[in-house]
Amino acid sequence: MSVEKLEFLERSKYFWNPGKTQDWQDMGVDLVIDRREGYYLFDMDGRRLIDVHLNGGTYNIGHRHPELVEVLKAGTERFDMGNHHFPAIARTALAEALAACAPAPDMKYTAYGAGGAEAIDIALKTARHATQKRKIVSIIKAYHGHTGLAVKTGDERFSKLFLSEDTAGEFIQVPFNDLNVMEDALRGRDIAAVIMESIPATYGFPMPNEGYLPGVKALCERYDAVYIADEVQTGLMRSGEMWCCTKYGVEPDIMVTGKGISGGMYPIACALISEKCGGWLKQDGFGHMSTMGGAELGCVVAMKTLEVVQRPEVKIMVRFISDYLRAGLERIMAEYPDFFIGIRQHGLIMGLEFNHEQGAKPVMRHLYANGVWAIFSTLDPRVLQFKPGVLLTQADAEDLLRRVEIAVGLACEEVMGTKKRIM
Amino acid sequence: MEPQVRTLVDISHTPAAMQGYADMVLERARWAATVFQRYDRASTMAIVDAVATAAHDHARQYADWAVQETGFGVAAHKKIKNELTARPVVDYYREHDYINARIDEERKIVEIPRPAGVIFALTPSTNPISTLNYKIILALLTRNSIVLSPHPAARECCVDAARTLAAAAVAAGAPDGVIQTIDEPSVPLVEVFMSSPKTNVVLATGGTAMVRAAYSSSNPAVGVGPGNAPVFVDSTADITKAAQRIVESKSFDNSVLCTNESVLITLADVERSLRQALKSAHAHICSEDEVERLRRFVFHERGFNVECIGRDAAWIGQECGIRVATGTRILVAPIAQIGVEEPLSREKLCPVLAIHTVNSRGQAIAQARAVLRLTGAGHSAAIHSMDERVAITYASAVEAYRVVVNAPCSQGAAGFGTNLAPTFTIGTGYFGRSSIGENVGPQHLVHWTRLAYNSDTSEPFGRYDGLGPVFEGPLPEAPSDGVPGSPAPHRVQSAAATGNLDGATREELRRLIAEELRDILNK
Repeated sequence: MSVEKLEFLERSKYFWNPGKTQDWQDMGVDLVIDRREGYYLFDMDGRRLIDVHLNGGTYNIGHRHPELVEVLKAGTERFDMGNHHFPAIARTALAEALAACAPAPDMKYTAYGAGGAEAIDIALKTARHATQKRKIVSIIKAYHGHTGLAVKTGDERFSKLFLSEDTAGEFIQVPFNDLNVMEDALRGRDIAAVIMESIPATYGFPMPNEGYLPGVKALCERYDAVYIADEVQTGLMRSGEMWCCTKYGVEPDIMVTGKGISGGMYPIACALISEKCGGWLKQDGFGHMSTMGGAELGCVVAMKTLEVVQRPEVKIMVRFISDYLRAGLERIMAEYPDFFIGIRQHGLIMGLEFNHEQGAKPVMRHLYANGVWAIFSTLDPRVLQFKPGVLLTQADAEDLLRRVEIAVGLACEEVMGTKKRIM
Repeated sequence: MEPQVRTLVDISHTPAAMQGYADMVLERARWAATVFQRYDRASTMAIVDAVATAAHDHARQYADWAVQETGFGVAAHKKIKNELTARPVVDYYREHDYINARIDEERKIVEIPRPAGVIFALTPSTNPISTLNYKIILALLTRNSIVLSPHPAARECCVDAARTLAAAAVAAGAPDGVIQTIDEPSVPLVEVFMSSPKTNVVLATGGTAMVRAAYSSSNPAVGVGPGNAPVFVDSTADITKAAQRIVESKSFDNSVLCTNESVLITLADVERSLRQALKSAHAHICSEDEVERLRRFVFHERGFNVECIGRDAAWIGQECGIRVATGTRILVAPIAQIGVEEPLSREKLCPVLAIHTVNSRGQAIAQARAVLRLTGAGHSAAIHSMDERVAITYASAVEAYRVVVNAPCSQGAAGFGTNLAPTFTIGTGYFGRSSIGENVGPQHLVHWTRLAYNSDTSEPFGRYDGLGPVFEGPLPEAPSDGVPGSPAPHRVQSAAATGNLDGATREELRRLIAEELRDILNK
């Protein structure tokens, strides 16, 4: 590590976040991202990493995509954040563009946040208003962000610290892929909404069983609850379709998109709201406000992002990339069958499963040492989140597999080094 | 109210937008090419045949469309060309193998074909569909991807034709993206594609400016120059047949093929009979006054009048006020000079043929060289003669890489009606500032990796029979877990996984390993 980086890390600990800065050092990841371009990150010491974390899909179409840089620059000639009190040209234009590709026909409104969690809060508030009920059902180990309501839907790991966990019994958590428990939760008809990532990312992408998500939607309909699809990490063509819930045959009542919609260039997140849930927008349109939510420059960038991911080439590339990586990962899995035990996959949403409770951590570390950045799943560290971009080039995909093979081998040796002795 | 998708901040004309679009199209092509190169010969040829059939079946539709859109040529002749560039091209190359390894026991060398990858191809307005068919077939024969940029004047028919052929390719099992077009070509956009590092080779057919741009792009390029074919009718020729063939060639698709005869050179002793034979073949021989009017109409100050491209003889006659008999197929303009002072000795993409009489064969050769010096170097020439010594002397002297003998030049130089390789891309070689001097074919879109053994006789050559590249075929579809009908995971079986351990033992081992792992990691 360079003297400059050491010095920087000290300042980071001193002025920014001592815990987080130190934790990464302890995990053997001394990354300080400096330059970034396409799917490459460059550490401040100059080392290149292929990014398959993408900050949860934020960099779905790459870092500093040239068209986004251009549209943002050009956008500043006309727009700034805008004034959230008034009808706004860019906010309405993005709302129309989203309505045109929404996962349900009657999804016509968009309410904006500056980040995904804020949009989740908007979604939850909207559901409460629409149903005049308070309770929210989410999945055990769910993750929907860190704001007031969103944080309560998730694991207590993030809420208890701040004494912000649910104490009123309004947030109910049920196991994923269990329709019976879901029905038990909804049966009392006192649930405002079920909020569901189509594939729970931070939980290591456990895949929904066939019929599970449509089953949940049907239960919501039966028991008058709103279905909120959290497509923050799974949307924007990552599944091979615009929205992942569509692939599972679900038409949500409310959908949230964040991260990738910003193109990683200008913060924005959106809650798409169906006509039947959008009553508050008519009753009291000033009910929710956000100065920076739906900043107009963000809208301009988001519209370009939407346009880029909907080009016909992208869907075909996603197919190529996911088929190609799958074939390569299976070859690697066959080499290390006792360690690399599973691939969870839907398009470019992938979780690589390792045969140890913390198995994804050494893999992450060895990937990092071998020029790839991928992160373990916070809430299931057996699983490595593997999230290549929708525009990944063939050359990078091939190089990625080469590096993954090396890293998995090293991790396997590290954690199962005694394997031969046992046998 | 329906939602409208609008553009608030238009960046479509910026370099960033053009680069972004080009990257996406070319990277899709790269993926398709990567997968295509896993295909064996049988599955490749099945795709090639399916595309050739589609091209054949749509020959008339796109011939009509091309004439309608560009105003050039004769639909019936374009149909023939569209057909010629489909199945006959495939049949010509059917026995050529660009996919399997070649073993040369004698030289102890194994050659493995390596396709170019992504081809960027320009197609002209004069022969839009035939060139498009031809380049697509070449690309597919060699398992390359191709991105086509049609001439803007023929954009609509070309984009549609490419879509039709792309759909046929995919239906026959090709990776999606082996055939793509630029739907809205513009000069700056084409330059971005040509110079992109994602492009492996540029196949340029079109105007000189475009071809030169291809060569300046920094990428490997196969560009071809313009034609201006001299045709020499020797005194030993069968004059009647020569006249018929020349008229047939010159009127074919109203001379939009760059291989068409431009200047007829003949000897004084056969001039009279040749003129008579031309007339019998429905050529109109212009008077001096008519030549002047023709000259002024066909060439203006800026050069060739593009209005004339692919128009028929009657139309041109009418425009110039030349009265021609019904059924006239070409206009013949006697000229006294060849060179810069006589525009009619230049290339004419219309059924206007200059005729010039000389006193000796030596003079004929000198004049033919002068024709090609003016324009069309490296392209085509023709001769009608029964004396092979005359033919070889002529061919050795003129700066053309194909000299058609006793056949129509339009078709013959392009490999139709001669045994040259059928092509719609004529290599003009070093004479014509091109990298290739022969008719461009699939062999130019694949290079070979050569496995070369020690030549010392004491070192044995390996046994390569039945060996070669592994053809894995299309990629298996990755599962979309939890989506009904999604393919089941197709686990690769490892040697370790198929060992002799019974299930219970393996389970026990897994448990032990997992336990130990927990200990290690929890330390």
